[in-house]
Amino acid sequence: MRLILRIWRQKNRNTKGKFARYEVNDVNPDMSMLECLDVLNEDLARRGKEPVAFEHDCREGICGSCGFMINGVAHGPLSGTTVCQLTMRHFKDGEELILEPWRARAFPLVKDLAVDRNAFDRIIAAGGYISISTGSAPDGNAIPVSKERADAAMDAAQCIGCGACVAACPNASASLFTGAKITHLGLLPQGQPERDLRAVRMVTQMNLEQFGQCTNIGECVAVCPKLIPIEVIGRMNHDYIAGSMREPEAGEA
Amino acid sequence: MSSIAIGLRENKAVRLWDSTNGKKAVMAVSGFILFLFVLGHMLGNLQVFEGPAQFNRYAQLLRTLPEGLWAVRIILLIMVVLHIVAAVQLALRKRTARPIGYAKRKPIGSTYASRTMYWSGPIIFAFIVYHLLDLTSGNLNPNFIEGDVYHNVIASFSNPFVSAWYIFAMVLLAFHLRHGLWSMFNSLGLTHPRYTPALRRAATFFAVVIFLGFISVPIGVLTGIVK
Ligand code: HEM
Ligand code: FES
Repeated sequence: MRLILRIWRQKNRNTKGKFARYEVNDVNPDMSMLECLDVLNEDLARRGKEPVAFEHDCREGICGSCGFMINGVAHGPLSGTTVCQLTMRHFKDGEELILEPWRARAFPLVKDLAVDRNAFDRIIAAGGYISISTGSAPDGNAIPVSKERADAAMDAAQCIGCGACVAACPNASASLFTGAKITHLGLLPQGQPERDLRAVRMVTQMNLEQFGQCTNIGECVAVCPKLIPIEVIGRMNHDYIAGSMREPEAGEA
Repeated sequence: MSSIAIGLRENKAVRLWDSTNGKKAVMAVSGFILFLFVLGHMLGNLQVFEGPAQFNRYAQLLRTLPEGLWAVRIILLIMVVLHIVAAVQLALRKRTARPIGYAKRKPIGSTYASRTMYWSGPIIFAFIVYHLLDLTSGNLNPNFIEGDVYHNVIASFSNPFVSAWYIFAMVLLAFHLRHGLWSMFNSLGLTHPRYTPALRRAATFFAVVIFLGFISVPIGVLTGIVK
């Protein structure tokens, strides 16, 4: 099949970017979106042109490296899918696709479709951990966890940190991401000791990174490749507000 | 931002207000209190259908205890100020959070009501100012008679433009509440996946009830049921 791609090309943060139009003629419907870009890039390289930069790693929807906007929707039209798992048969022959990078102040552009998502790493580093003694593995079932909690924690733990939630949010909010991390650690017994401090520190870091506010409108949930539910944001707010009340003020500790 | 935040703000209240999440919590609480007022106000208004004597007696009753009246007014004023200051600050923040917009963007997961909160809110505010000048102080009501609330309501709503503007504002209030009454639970961290569908239905229900309750008055006047 044949596709017309209008792709955002920008050499680096300091130059101006613009859309470039490409025709890709030998698209196999079973290819993924990234493989389609591979085909384009091979052609560009053969002709001595600069290939399109995009991030990728696992190409099986689990690492969270890939992602860009396709026709105004993060990760494209298929729900619960990353662009590396989106096959071209979901598009019509001859269709025009607009590919744009995630746009947020907290995600500065690197090149073309690749953006810098280190802000997410810094949110994790601020509190996304638990303190347990390492060493020999604990006995199985030594710490009981109810099925319902375990399920909810695992649902939240599915977050791969791709950044689609930020990209889709009209306010560029990172609430679904931060909420998922706070929820998956905060629901389990091992996460209890740092629960207050974790929420306060991760939310503080999220705000310092210049992400926007959450309006609870749900665009993030609609594009999340792991279908993380919006209630993780409620949990984040709960733990943040409760933690803010309980955590000692600076100087008090 | 390249380093990790370690120092936390000294004061707990300042720390909360400093964060977008804290401002949203303030909006949720102030929005909820404003909603309670709006609900009570709507129920009170319905007495217009019981005739001038009853309606004016009700209006008189609200004014028998000036301290109480002013206490409520001051609380509402504080809530409006908090709600609006947070709204303005967050509106500015939203603009800086995405300095370069998308060439193409398609909403797929949100309602119209939720996407227009930053429009419905300020228009509701403009309406509240107009409404107070029209029916509380009477400055904008050419036929205003101090104390004859029933007469003033009819004098205002007999003008179809006044009624239309009122109904339009109530449409926006209904949109605002349709999203806001659910959103406030998530902002305060009181949601659970099991109850979200019920909360959303309840929000829609109250938005519709408030809308119908309020617009019944101008419609009553325009159709001559209230005269
Ligand atoms: C009768 C008057 C009003 C009521 C009952 C009301 C109620 C609410 C409620 C319950 C929320 C949800 C809060 C949350 O998501 O946590 C909300 C949000 C909001 N309100 Fe109001 N509101 C009123 C007037 C106003 C006014 C006058 C403005 C602006 C000038 C305004 C602007 C907003 C905005 C922008 C939001 C969305 C905030 C966000 O999600 O970031 N509202 N309102
Ligand atoms: S490349 Fe790993 S999720 Fe797409």
